[in-house]
Amino acid sequence: MAATTLSGSGSAASRRRGAVIGLTAPAYIWLALTVLLPLSAMLYFSFLTVAPIGARVAEWTLGNYLDYFRKGFYLTLTGRSLMLGLWVTGLCLLLGFPAALALAKYVRGRWREALFLLVVLPFWSNALVRTFSWTMVLRTDGMVDDILQAVFPGLPHLDIMFTFTAVVIGLVHSFLPYMILTCYISLQAIDDSLLEAARSLGAAGPTVFRRILLPLSLPGILAGTILIFVPVIGSFMEPRILGGRGGFMLGNVIEDQFTVVFNWPMGAALSFILLAIVLLILAACYPLLRRNLQGLA
Amino acid sequence: MNGNSDRRGSSRRNFARYLIAGTLALAVGGLATGRAAAAKDLHVLNWQGYGTDEAWATKLFEERTGCKVVHDYFNSEEEMLTKLRTNPGTYDVVLINSSYTQGAAKEGLIQAIDTSKITNWKDLAPKLRDSPYLNTNGKTYGLSWVWGVTSMAYNTDDIKTKPDSIQALWDPAYAGKVGWRDDPVESVAFGAIATGQDPNNPADLDKVKQKLLALKPQLKTFWSSEDEWNKHLQGGDFEIATYWSGSAARSKKAFHLPVEFVVPKEGAIGWFDGLSIAANAPNLDCATKFLDFMVSPEFYVKWDTTVGAPASANDAANAQLPADAFNRVVMGQPGMQERLFYMAPLTDEQRKQFTELWETVKTDLGK
Repeated sequence: MAATTLSGSGSAASRRRGAVIGLTAPAYIWLALTVLLPLSAMLYFSFLTVAPIGARVAEWTLGNYLDYFRKGFYLTLTGRSLMLGLWVTGLCLLLGFPAALALAKYVRGRWREALFLLVVLPFWSNALVRTFSWTMVLRTDGMVDDILQAVFPGLPHLDIMFTFTAVVIGLVHSFLPYMILTCYISLQAIDDSLLEAARSLGAAGPTVFRRILLPLSLPGILAGTILIFVPVIGSFMEPRILGGRGGFMLGNVIEDQFTVVFNWPMGAALSFILLAIVLLILAACYPLLRRNLQGLA
Repeated sequence: MNGNSDRRGSSRRNFARYLIAGTLALAVGGLATGRAAAAKDLHVLNWQGYGTDEAWATKLFEERTGCKVVHDYFNSEEEMLTKLRTNPGTYDVVLINSSYTQGAAKEGLIQAIDTSKITNWKDLAPKLRDSPYLNTNGKTYGLSWVWGVTSMAYNTDDIKTKPDSIQALWDPAYAGKVGWRDDPVESVAFGAIATGQDPNNPADLDKVKQKLLALKPQLKTFWSSEDEWNKHLQGGDFEIATYWSGSAARSKKAFHLPVEFVVPKEGAIGWFDGLSIAANAPNLDCATKFLDFMVSPEFYVKWDTTVGAPASANDAANAQLPADAFNRVVMGQPGMQERLFYMAPLTDEQRKQFTELWETVKTDLGK
């Protein structure tokens, strides 16, 4: 059927266009329906006094956005969530980049495949299950504590469960693969002969790293950073389960608005404020990014 | 010219095909969900593990009435209301705390119950059955089911002398060993009782806030479900924690945990839950029968003796319990009712105020 109509028009361009539409339309229709529609509904909600569901009468207001600045605790929580984002992203970079470098440049063949499998292994289990398993490991009298006590009797008991540190550990575990994979892709694309040339011209290890490896892998580092930082500052499940009373973040307030107090407008407003903060941070970094990325080209 | 229009025509035809395919896909999806909702099942919305979903009970009910019971769960009252609001015509029976029943009725989320079909009506304690919280304009929107106390419980292995004051939660002896439910209304009520105020209408909210802030060295973590509470007690995270009477009875009876429930001398929060029928319930007949079964002594006595339950609103059911049952010994103790502050319905404004207070406190507790 398709073949006859297309051969009738006889144009390769039209056929290509048809193929492009055919291949992309499902994804775009899906994205429009599942991302754009709910998101615009939430944007609309964020300017209302109550969620217009059931027999409630909603009025327009800016109050939800103003409340964010009027109530001091929202700013405190924003600071805490940003801090969490910095810690998790920083640690992921510190742990992930060397691992990616080793995988890309020093490990070959089946070993690389095996190590890759280990990197993506966390993705195979449910995030909630992963987080709960950390509670078993981190708690006082948990696995780590028991081992430490067995090796060094008399050591003070481990007490990191229900703290900020526990949240950071859990989140680094969840997000580390993103950093390793994005860094790996950009490191692997670096031609080995560049490194050889640098060495033959007398550059020592640190210089090679600073002048060649780091700038050339910057796109991967940035992609990883954004992929990790953005979801972490909005995270709520890991802080709630691992953080105890130290785990109250902006993401938890947003969660509360939807599940505990039925204040969807406030929850929506807070989500868009979070989005605005992310965009502002990206905009602030943009000149820096552009300069560095231009240096490559 | 001709070729041009042809080409446009063909791409337009292609586009139309995608549109048709997309519409078909949506329609098929719609049909599937429509069919699922039309089945003759009784849809119950409740907390998980809260009586209505006992396997023996749903099996017995299905054998007798032919109504298959299907459950959906919520983790907070607001979630329950959200589910009712966003899925009209889905649920038949819903458990609603009496302080939310008036609001749900006013919003049109639930319908009046035909009490003439409730054979156990005459045995229900009048104080709860006829409460204005459940009845509006002579119509009953919630059938009083069970009642209980929100107070505190402690680990009898860790704490040897039974605390009799609510101030035990602030006792430095239990620093870092206190558990607390992450709930704005309950937290404000505890703060009010601990500062000698009426938890339904605290006059000095700032005093409540200061009292809650003083929990900082005490709190280990928050709990939100019974299951979580049991795990925390077992893991040694809690030595003393806020808790519900019925859950305490269950922790002791079904999970054999060393738990003792305390109603402090300053008082405690009393609550009662009603069963309601959702507006536009697709299966009204089964729903009414299910309500009657749930308030029957037959169901309650087995529930309490095998699993552990809050106290029944049915006097006849309570009277049939064994003499050493928690619900006779603790809940039936003299002076109990006088020490309870029954939770009143809150206005949206109060709820918002309490929520903001609690969120401010939680922010500070995390520092």
